Amino acid sequence: MVTISSNLLFIAFILYLVATLFYGGAITSKKGAIDKKGTNRWGKIAVLLTIIGFISQLGYFITRWIAAGHAPVSNMFEFTTFFGMALVGAFIVIYFIYRTTLLGLFTMPVAILVIAYASMFPREITPLIPALQSYWLHIHVTTAAIGEAILAISFAAGLIYLVKAIDQSKASKRTFWLEVVMFSLVTVLGFVAISSTFSGLGYHEKFTWIDKHGNEANLEYTMPALTGPHEGKLLTKEGFQPLVEMPALINAKKLNTVIWSLMAGLILYGVIRVILRKRIAAALKPLVKNIKLDFVDEISYRSVLIGFPVFTLGALIFAMIWAQMAWSRFWGWDPKEVWALVTWLFYAAFMHLRLSKGWHGEKSAWLAVIGFVIIMFNLVAVNLVIAGLHSYAGS
Amino acid sequence: MKDVKCECGHVNPHGTVLCEACGKVLDENEKKNPVLDMRYEGSARRSQTYNKTIIDKIWNFFSSVKVGVWLIIITLIASALGTILPQEMYIDQPPEVYYEEEYGWFGKLYYQLGFNDLYGSWWYLLLIAMIGISLVICSLDRVIPLYKALKAQRVTRHEGFLKRQRVFGINTHVDNDDFTVIKKHLKEKRYRVREENGDILAEKGRFSRWGPYVNHVGLIIFLFGGMLRFVPGMYVNENLWVREGETALVPETGEKLYLKNNQFILQHYDKNKDKTFKKAIEEAGEVVKNYQSNVILYNRVGENIPGEKPKLEAIKDYKVRVNHPLTYEGYSIFQASFRSDLEAMTFALTNKETNQSFGEMKINLRNPKSVYDLGNGYSVKLLSYFPDFEFGKNGEPSTKSRVPNNPAFVFRMISPENPKGETSFVAIKQTIEPSGNNTYKMSFKGIETKNVSGFIVRKDSSLWAIILGGIIFMIGVIQGAYWNHRRIWVQNKNGEVWIAAHTNKNWYGLKREIETVLTDTKLNIPEDQLQIEKQDKEVV
Amino acid sequence: MKKRRLVIRTVILLVLGAAVIYTLYANFTKDNKLKVAVGETAPDFVLTDMQGNKHRLSDYRGQGVFLNFWGTWCPPCKKEMPYINNQYQQFKDKGVQVLSVDIQESELAVNQFAEHYKLDFPIMIDTDKEVMTAYGIDPLPATFLIDKNGKVIKYSTGEMSEDTVRDFMEKIKP
Repeated sequence: MVTISSNLLFIAFILYLVATLFYGGAITSKKGAIDKKGTNRWGKIAVLLTIIGFISQLGYFITRWIAAGHAPVSNMFEFTTFFGMALVGAFIVIYFIYRTTLLGLFTMPVAILVIAYASMFPREITPLIPALQSYWLHIHVTTAAIGEAILAISFAAGLIYLVKAIDQSKASKRTFWLEVVMFSLVTVLGFVAISSTFSGLGYHEKFTWIDKHGNEANLEYTMPALTGPHEGKLLTKEGFQPLVEMPALINAKKLNTVIWSLMAGLILYGVIRVILRKRIAAALKPLVKNIKLDFVDEISYRSVLIGFPVFTLGALIFAMIWAQMAWSRFWGWDPKEVWALVTWLFYAAFMHLRLSKGWHGEKSAWLAVIGFVIIMFNLVAVNLVIAGLHSYAGS
Repeated sequence: MKDVKCECGHVNPHGTVLCEACGKVLDENEKKNPVLDMRYEGSARRSQTYNKTIIDKIWNFFSSVKVGVWLIIITLIASALGTILPQEMYIDQPPEVYYEEEYGWFGKLYYQLGFNDLYGSWWYLLLIAMIGISLVICSLDRVIPLYKALKAQRVTRHEGFLKRQRVFGINTHVDNDDFTVIKKHLKEKRYRVREENGDILAEKGRFSRWGPYVNHVGLIIFLFGGMLRFVPGMYVNENLWVREGETALVPETGEKLYLKNNQFILQHYDKNKDKTFKKAIEEAGEVVKNYQSNVILYNRVGENIPGEKPKLEAIKDYKVRVNHPLTYEGYSIFQASFRSDLEAMTFALTNKETNQSFGEMKINLRNPKSVYDLGNGYSVKLLSYFPDFEFGKNGEPSTKSRVPNNPAFVFRMISPENPKGETSFVAIKQTIEPSGNNTYKMSFKGIETKNVSGFIVRKDSSLWAIILGGIIFMIGVIQGAYWNHRRIWVQNKNGEVWIAAHTNKNWYGLKREIETVLTDTKLNIPEDQLQIEKQDKEVV
Repeated sequence: MKKRRLVIRTVILLVLGAAVIYTLYANFTKDNKLKVAVGETAPDFVLTDMQGNKHRLSDYRGQGVFLNFWGTWCPPCKKEMPYINNQYQQFKDKGVQVLSVDIQESELAVNQFAEHYKLDFPIMIDTDKEVMTAYGIDPLPATFLIDKNGKVIKYSTGEMSEDTVRDFMEKIKP
């Protein structure tokens, strides 16, 4: 069952990749521009592939559920994969409302990155500790992920808006920040690439080090240590001697991973720039020339409107019900909870700005991007950096 | 501050932008815009009109959405700040020590700024309270004029109003049959169609306009529930430790409920039984499967006073587990933690040289005896007992608390050959003999521990408000987000047919709906004036 | 019309403002809220002292009661117990009773402590912490002054000097 499950996930991943190529084809193909009704053949194949991929991933989800005996949303790998699946699902729904394949071209890569990122975490089926043994938890996590996924669609639409609206003929603050967004996406790819490279090589090196309480501890790196732990001693022969030693307060291993990912991201980005000979956003511009700005703006806003209630229900209300059962209080100011609240407040502000201050168009698109950054922060940083009750404790 | 009478005869409150009845543009500034700003239907928001007394000024401050958004953003940033370092409630050391020790100068600063208890600070509470006030006043200030404006609207609209709608079109060809077809289509699309002088107003989903106000009401009830917690007696949150086999009074229940802890159970996953998890268990070491306390809840019978042995009547036999609290009359008892306490220590009176034992004694650490008779003339007196031993400031042995965390004893060992006895100080891993040449020693034989279950006792009488608020909020949000308020005007003007449409969101859907409504008619599909404008710009 | 609006606005703002002030006030005072407040009747209890005599608080109506909660391990308790004992000698014939309640310790520890400091007043052990719970005490030592009508007239926590003890007993002298 477990093998079937992981195979299905792999199939889904490949299908998403192929679908992305077809979305690209649908845009560049001359036949059938977007503002004419309907989707051209390339686009139809792309959507079909996406749906098959989605079903395949659903199969992964169900088989893994059967194997584990609980919904597979209980560790970083499972949750992030589910988020990727929800993202694809949300795209399919929005596609059938607005029938635009361009959105697929921007959403699918994000979903692929999310799933690739997920697979960098331990993939074993983990048993549930007592606090997690509650069906409310599963309802809460899945609904929250679906809500976040729908909100992420607004990011994809916002990105399309920005790529189209921002003048790339001269450098400005706007081109810079849009490029930062592109670079971040490339860096995720960099992290995936560098992690898989080293884990493919089976790289390991061990240290003993002194933690901030003065105790000696062991630490295992899976990437060559650029930043070594506090008073670390390398135990592995032929291991990489750290370039700098970190004070005890800083988690040298996580920092090391971040540095490697950034380096990989920079190299990748550099290569892309050399090939394209212009900003990534500028290179994407021709792809979006046929779409109307206020149309993407509406998709973006609509996704927020659809996603916000789902997010509230999942990330706040169901979360409170579960917290009330498990920890005896519905709200405990745990970092993950607080960041759900921050996300919620942010989108609340977004809607007020849009409704009352008339922040449409580009401003709204930037807000959609920031919203996604907050969601990603909650998913990545809060789990890995700020440890709390919710921490899935990845490394 | 006079009311404004429109040429259609309707009297509008001062500050109205669009006549409530016919939609004529009353505000000169608005006339310049090619497309009308339809927020709040152009009704008069009073907050912006009266600004005389201090009360009005405060009112207007909170009535501003701009202020509301700022409050949201400040709260957002403040909330995020509180997650940088763990909050006070999640640490198990005194905060004045913890932050500096764990996080250096930054931790110290964090503590000095009072961020260690950010969510309980007065200013955070004040921020939330201000959001609450803003919610009340903003909603009141907008919902009433909006309601009046929507109620007063007439079918026939002013030309200037129609012309300035985002979706608008003119047809020179007039055919009465078209009107019949349109009406039929509109009704099929579940529009409410009103007719006046041959003009049509089709409207649907007006109730979605109340969504924001409904969800604000929900939020206000939710915040009110949060406030209720501060009322004494509404919120009980106590820790209760009960050792196995003992019965304890449940705090804050009016000395009525007692809880007996029969057994505490701790289970781990077994990698041989739970094969699916084998790999994960091997990686993690041990993974807990279950924390459970088998308890009996008792009710005290009759009037009784503390200190006297209570008469108890069993109410409930329950297995308290994480996620499965015991609930009774609004009280919930949660499995929160456990610890293992030292219960008894066994020593043997032993001859140091021969190692011969002259009897064992078990000391109940919570109620030790003063003399332990071992028979045959051997006995041990307990001169002093320190349940939580430490050396005091003056070097004297003393105890930190009443809990036997680190027991220490001063024994007098009496034997037939030494009836006066020898003194020995015994603590964990150390023995001190004041005389230095004892014949006997107390040799340590064993230790008994007992599990103590940690419960949280909670009663939250404000929960109903929280739940009600949550439900109303969700209804409001869904109402506002998943339905759209759409209006389509089809009107005869100057011998032409004018079609205009408005929706509060989802223009794409509206335009598609108009296309279906206008099929089988000779009328042209009205255009989206914003898109025309954009395309012009793009061409340039 | 205008006046009515002003009145409505004032009322709404006052209600909201009162709610906010109450919440802030309650938040500030929640840490020092007392289970047994001054002016209330002290909750009755029955405990047995080290000599085996039962003491019921309500039996001491007509006398002032100096009710002291303590533990052998608590440093301030060690200091103030002799003072209480001295003043007990002065006041016991003037209608002031000292009741001293140890929280959940062993008889051995309490007896040794009483012997060491030569304490004469009745000492009892609250084995199940019931009296402590009824009085909501934390931290030790804690003293309640109860007048001849059974009303709490003062609650004091922390170490007392001999003068303080004398003043306190003076206060509850009937």
